Amino acid sequence: MSISPAIIRRLYGTRKVRAPRPRPRETTMRFMMLVIPKVYEKAGADFVPPADLIAKMTKYNESLSKAGVLLSLDGLTPPAKGARVKFASGKPKVVDGPFTEAKELVGGYWIIQVKSKEEAVEWAKRAPMLDGDVIEVRQVQEIDDFPPDVRKAAGR
Amino acid sequence: MSDIHAAIDAVWRIESARLIAGLARMVRDVGLAEDLAQEALLAALERWPASGVPDNPGAWLMATAKHRAIDLLRRGKMLERKHDTVGRELEARQESPEDALHAALDDDVGDDLLRLIFTACHPVLSTEARLALTLRLLGGLTTEEIARAFLVPVPTVAQRIVRAKRTLAEARVPFEVPRAADRAARLSSVLEVIYLIFNEGYTATAGDDWTRPALCDEALRLGRILAELTPQEPEVHGLVALMEIQASRLHARVGPSGEPVLLLDQDRSRWDRLLIARGLAALERVEALGGTLGPYALQAAIVACHARARTAEDTDWTRMTALYDALAQLAPSPVVEVNRAVAYAMAFGPAAGLEIVDAVAAEPALASYHLLPGVRGDLLFKLGRFDEARGEFERAASLTRNARERTLMLERAAACGPAGPR
Repeated sequence: MSISPAIIRRLYGTRKVRAPRPRPRETTMRFMMLVIPKVYEKAGADFVPPADLIAKMTKYNESLSKAGVLLSLDGLTPPAKGARVKFASGKPKVVDGPFTEAKELVGGYWIIQVKSKEEAVEWAKRAPMLDGDVIEVRQVQEIDDFPPDVRKAAGR
Repeated sequence: MSDIHAAIDAVWRIESARLIAGLARMVRDVGLAEDLAQEALLAALERWPASGVPDNPGAWLMATAKHRAIDLLRRGKMLERKHDTVGRELEARQESPEDALHAALDDDVGDDLLRLIFTACHPVLSTEARLALTLRLLGGLTTEEIARAFLVPVPTVAQRIVRAKRTLAEARVPFEVPRAADRAARLSSVLEVIYLIFNEGYTATAGDDWTRPALCDEALRLGRILAELTPQEPEVHGLVALMEIQASRLHARVGPSGEPVLLLDQDRSRWDRLLIARGLAALERVEALGGTLGPYALQAAIVACHARARTAEDTDWTRMTALYDALAQLAPSPVVEVNRAVAYAMAFGPAAGLEIVDAVAAEPALASYHLLPGVRGDLLFKLGRFDEARGEFERAASLTRNARERTLMLERAAACGPAGPR
């Protein structure tokens, strides 16, 4: 934790304060925050998010930018305009949207660069979401974090 | 680290700079502002494990620090510490101290952050002090983390920070964004600090590791923040472009056993496409703002030549020599000349490069610059003058403080064949 020993002494005198533990890792990690909007389970191909939500989202995106953590972001058009390629019994099968049976459909993502999963989660908590929405926070896999044999298979 | 402590750490990383900046405007003393912020953090560490992280942790920390500030003000301690300046100003504005504090805290924090950056990078401070204070106040790094990053003892960094805060207070450096006349020089001091942090991470000047990516990450974050705060400053975007593109090569420039891999030998599939795209976009912003390219933008344009080339052979060396010519005119330095020589050698042959290097070889500023003999050795090697090349590589090996680079230079010296008459 970022607490100066001088402060601890000033506040607590010689009373023992639990020593701050070192961070496990000091370089940054990338996280993808996947947006799973409830509305995308039923939205038609012509669905457009309401203007006030877009305004709030733009403000949130700016806050990520101003904190220097945002690497990239995109919003995705409704699933009704997409397709799913399903793999079973050795043959890809194409299903066009809307996907009436499907739950938890992705609506967009941010990629942020932060120091910990907790920091990514803290950013996710601040997003302007609607009731029933989900943000899934997932770390981007870095090839260098794989064991040597896997790195080799990846040509590294 | 327990979950709650990791969560508090995350909140601190997100909130600390804005918190310190807001408090600094209120109390007109960055040292005191940081102490107040640290006390708020300490209160969070005491209370949040039981209560949980509040819904708006930033506001909680600010309110806690504010209460503490008002408390100090009431007890007259802040007046003592500030030689009455805050008290006098508050009186002059005929507001009660508490009203003024509340008003100060309700304003937009963006300007405060910019004020904090300019203050931490104030020319009244030594370069080391500026680096340490910037990482501490803006990056939210602990003294221990800064010490580790620069491979210096913790007490040294602690002292630097204490002295820097005292210097700012004694020099009565106002907490403000400098005005027109001052602004360009002050901004270049800020950019210099950010780029020094980046470079210390990119090509570590000492130690066993060739790079320390944590410092590059911090510098990039600071640069990106600054670009948001000063969108009309071309050189800020130039510096960001330069850092994004250089950082895109971080993984590729370290080999499997930690050894350096030189740019033209790098596996370009390992270059980070996302960072390159960000760097090129930042460079486009510079161009959209118009005017001639400044030193950072020119350097960014130079590294962009590499980033755009799919293979080393595809590199547009001729364009690069033109960019280096412009840079040499705008910001002449022996170091730029050495790099210009490399571009000329690639575009027009090693003899053209050697001519430029030899013209600056006697510069006293380059006496201990290990890249000079490294480059000279390389050009001599390409011209088949192996005996001279070996001497240069050996000199480069003796000059560098980086263990990995020393090994590389000794290998190149060995590749020149045995010394003496053959």
